[in-house]
Amino acid sequence: MSKVIEKDILVGTRVPKMDAPDKATGRTRYVNDMVLPRMLVAKILRTDRVHAKILRIDTSKARALPGVHAVITADDTPQFGIGVLKDNPPLKKDKVRCIRDEIAAVAAETEDICDEALALIEVEYEDLPPVFDCTEALAEGAPVIHEDRPDNIAMVNEFSSGDIARAEAESDHIVEGDYNVHYVTHCNMGVSCAVADVDYDGKVTLYSQTQYPFIMKMDIAPSLGVHPGDIRIIQPPVGGAFGSKLDVYPYEPICVFLAQKTRRPVKLIFSRSEEFIASPTRQPVEFKIRAGMKADGTLTFRDIDTLLNNGGYTSWGATTPYVTMRTCSSHYRVPDIKYRARAVYTNNPFAGSFRGYGNVQATWAIETHMDRMAEVAGLDPLEFRLKNANESGDVSPQGSKLNNIDLKGCLQIAADKSDFLKKWAEYKEGWNKPGRYKRGIGIAASLHNAGGAKIHKSDGCGTILKMDDYARVTVITGASDIGQGIDTVIAQLVAEELGIPVRDVTLVMNDSATGPWDVGVHASRTTYIAGNSAKRAALKAKEQILRGAAKQSNLTWEQLDLRGGHVVQADNGEAIIPLDRLLRQMHFAGQDAELVMVTDYYEPPSEPEDENHVGDMSAAYSHAAQVTEVTVDTFTGEVKIDQIWWVQDVGKVINLTTLEGQVEGGIAMGLGYGLSENLKIENGIVKNPFFRDYHVFTAPEMPPIDMTFIETLDEEGPAGAKGIAELPTIVPAPSIGNAVYNATGVRIYHPPLSPETVARALFDADAGKAMAAE
Amino acid sequence: MSLKVEIELTLNGATARASVPAHWSALTALRQTFDLAGAKLACGEGECGSCTVIVDGESVNSCLMPAVDLNGRTVRTVEGLWTDDGVDPVQRAFIEKGAVQCGFCTPGMIMQARYLLDRNSDITDAEIRRGLEGNVCRCTGYTKIVDAVITAARAAA
Ligand code: FES
Ligand code: FES
Repeated sequence: MSKVIEKDILVGTRVPKMDAPDKATGRTRYVNDMVLPRMLVAKILRTDRVHAKILRIDTSKARALPGVHAVITADDTPQFGIGVLKDNPPLKKDKVRCIRDEIAAVAAETEDICDEALALIEVEYEDLPPVFDCTEALAEGAPVIHEDRPDNIAMVNEFSSGDIARAEAESDHIVEGDYNVHYVTHCNMGVSCAVADVDYDGKVTLYSQTQYPFIMKMDIAPSLGVHPGDIRIIQPPVGGAFGSKLDVYPYEPICVFLAQKTRRPVKLIFSRSEEFIASPTRQPVEFKIRAGMKADGTLTFRDIDTLLNNGGYTSWGATTPYVTMRTCSSHYRVPDIKYRARAVYTNNPFAGSFRGYGNVQATWAIETHMDRMAEVAGLDPLEFRLKNANESGDVSPQGSKLNNIDLKGCLQIAADKSDFLKKWAEYKEGWNKPGRYKRGIGIAASLHNAGGAKIHKSDGCGTILKMDDYARVTVITGASDIGQGIDTVIAQLVAEELGIPVRDVTLVMNDSATGPWDVGVHASRTTYIAGNSAKRAALKAKEQILRGAAKQSNLTWEQLDLRGGHVVQADNGEAIIPLDRLLRQMHFAGQDAELVMVTDYYEPPSEPEDENHVGDMSAAYSHAAQVTEVTVDTFTGEVKIDQIWWVQDVGKVINLTTLEGQVEGGIAMGLGYGLSENLKIENGIVKNPFFRDYHVFTAPEMPPIDMTFIETLDEEGPAGAKGIAELPTIVPAPSIGNAVYNATGVRIYHPPLSPETVARALFDADAGKAMAAE
Repeated sequence: MSLKVEIELTLNGATARASVPAHWSALTALRQTFDLAGAKLACGEGECGSCTVIVDGESVNSCLMPAVDLNGRTVRTVEGLWTDDGVDPVQRAFIEKGAVQCGFCTPGMIMQARYLLDRNSDITDAEIRRGLEGNVCRCTGYTKIVDAVITAARAAA
């Protein structure tokens, strides 16, 4: 009597992250920890001007310093720009446009020698008139940042659908508002770092923190004067990335130049203050919104104009309107839409991509505005949102097919669990009551792409899967792990299909030479797309194995299954042969020998936007809603978060532990955005390049989070799952702003809701009331 | 070039000797001289806790401590928590409770947690949070870290 084996369900369980043991025992070597034989270290000389002509750079003293192996300036390197508009040469030749600009770089035997050498470089400038504000930069006669763009406009994105004039005429109420969102930065715990190594043939190996290794080869190649095929990108573990490494930034080509020049490996690493000053920020935006509705609160139109402070150069910040626009057009049912975004060059630092990519900004503006509209309509914030909420089957004006969504469920559950309506009504009563501490409760929601985003020609990911003679599996994936845990998710999906333990799966990833192509880690796409590719590869391997097993059984391969390390009869689970033995039999079979070794390339069924920005650019969409309860100290302006209720449509839970971890970490980042984080930039200069003055959330400040996950089971996603990691950063800020309004009756339009901002707003409101009373 | 100083210390249970540049931090000496790269350099200014190690029973931001001050001290780093008896309960709890994401803050967090538990094994949630205030994590939102420390405290009790 053979034994009966049940199917092991791994999807939906808590599986510890595969990389956690090495990280917890100090064994993991990050890029920042790398040491190669004969490696030199490098540093960059940055300008101290915001807008100036470079008249002279004298590096002779630095070159003469013992221990210095190379000093380079623009004169020593190709002048080919990097970034989205290729407007940023790694080393600046004629002029500097913002405070982080790279003037020269040194490779030397020690960091101390680098510092000494940098201090010996002489630079002579002629200052140019600067401009820091978007509106001023657009004005006639404003200083020109890039000579080939005399109007200072880096990029324009527009979308319109329907007829705003008619919609306005048909509206009973029109609500207007300005919302300006600020600069914040990623604060990766591992500062920016690269190690470059160049062989005698000129081939480059770059150990990089990048999130997009395959496209990066194409992006960095022209600036290096090297063929993209001669570049290998290896991604050792990184100390966080959060979108910051989706572009090529000057330090990486500079590191390669120095390796080319010295014929030795070179490591370039930032200091923490350099990280604050010279890594990309989140894109700041000025929103102007006009939105209409019928008397009953049904939305009619949105007319939104935005200005993006583009800083001196163009990275992904300028393209965040692709996502901002989607939220403006597709979050809630709004028939008529007009949207315009202009990215304007100034002498400020420039922005890149950052978890939530344009939607953190959009959701602040839209969800604050929705709260204000609800009040005008005379509806509570929940009813107003439910009334206008999207439902499955909706197609948004931009062409997003919103299938398998549950916005209403997210809102309703968050409200029910928090007793939102009762508290909201009760706290509002407190506006005119005396008392230093006021409580408030606020709600917000958002929509995000949850099945990738087709912004490149392919949004695919490849997998190579092989099995050895012991039924161990190696999965070579193009996906990048940046600490988010995709290795574990892939191992779970594969192990479940093949009926083996997770520990028997080895992931090989983060190397462009071994991995099959992938777009990169962005757009909440990796679980969905790399997960699908891995699952499809596992299914192919499974079929090959079962066909092999069927040859020696009287059952067809479809009647067999893999469970508990065995081939079993699918209907009753009876074990037929141990998997490892079968694999060896298949392998050592003379001329019939076969090795289980399969590939897959998964391309999601999304479509790129057309020239009018219409297209179903993601294979899935999802929503989340958050209710936040706060206590406001009306004396100091301090806002304390008491409790958060979080509800997210995740499609399907794959790993509850890593899912919760992404949500908790995302919310911490979102709370920082709403409350405390603020990269203060005055006249182009970063004023607080230190943790102590920047203020990311710490352990005692984090509130309890009550989490609910709705499983809508996406038809296309792996096991029904959708991408999840960005919404938790997107939704928190406006729920806080709305809670502070509910507590105090004072509306704050511009985050962060720091004590100074809140205290000032309360003071101004009191002064206004006193004046009105006189 | 730079002046070097001889130091001798007890490092993760064994005697260690080296000559280190006088201006180096303890963190640089641990990482470069003793090849213990577990402790991380994330700010170098005492503001993030990534470099936390235990020196004579006290938790220390090793980026602020001069390397020469290691002389005569007893130092534990994250590498020293995995002994013949297996990994430390704090390490095990961090692994099992999902307290590790990118992991860059993890060695510092674990050492700070070890220090807190050495002083008070009957620790509360609020005490843990206060005790970890100087350790920044950008990934986890701290919930799972606090959970792991409580789990480790209970495992030891
Ligand atoms: S590196 Fe020592 S406290 Fe940040
Ligand atoms: S796990 Fe990434 S900083 Fe803490």
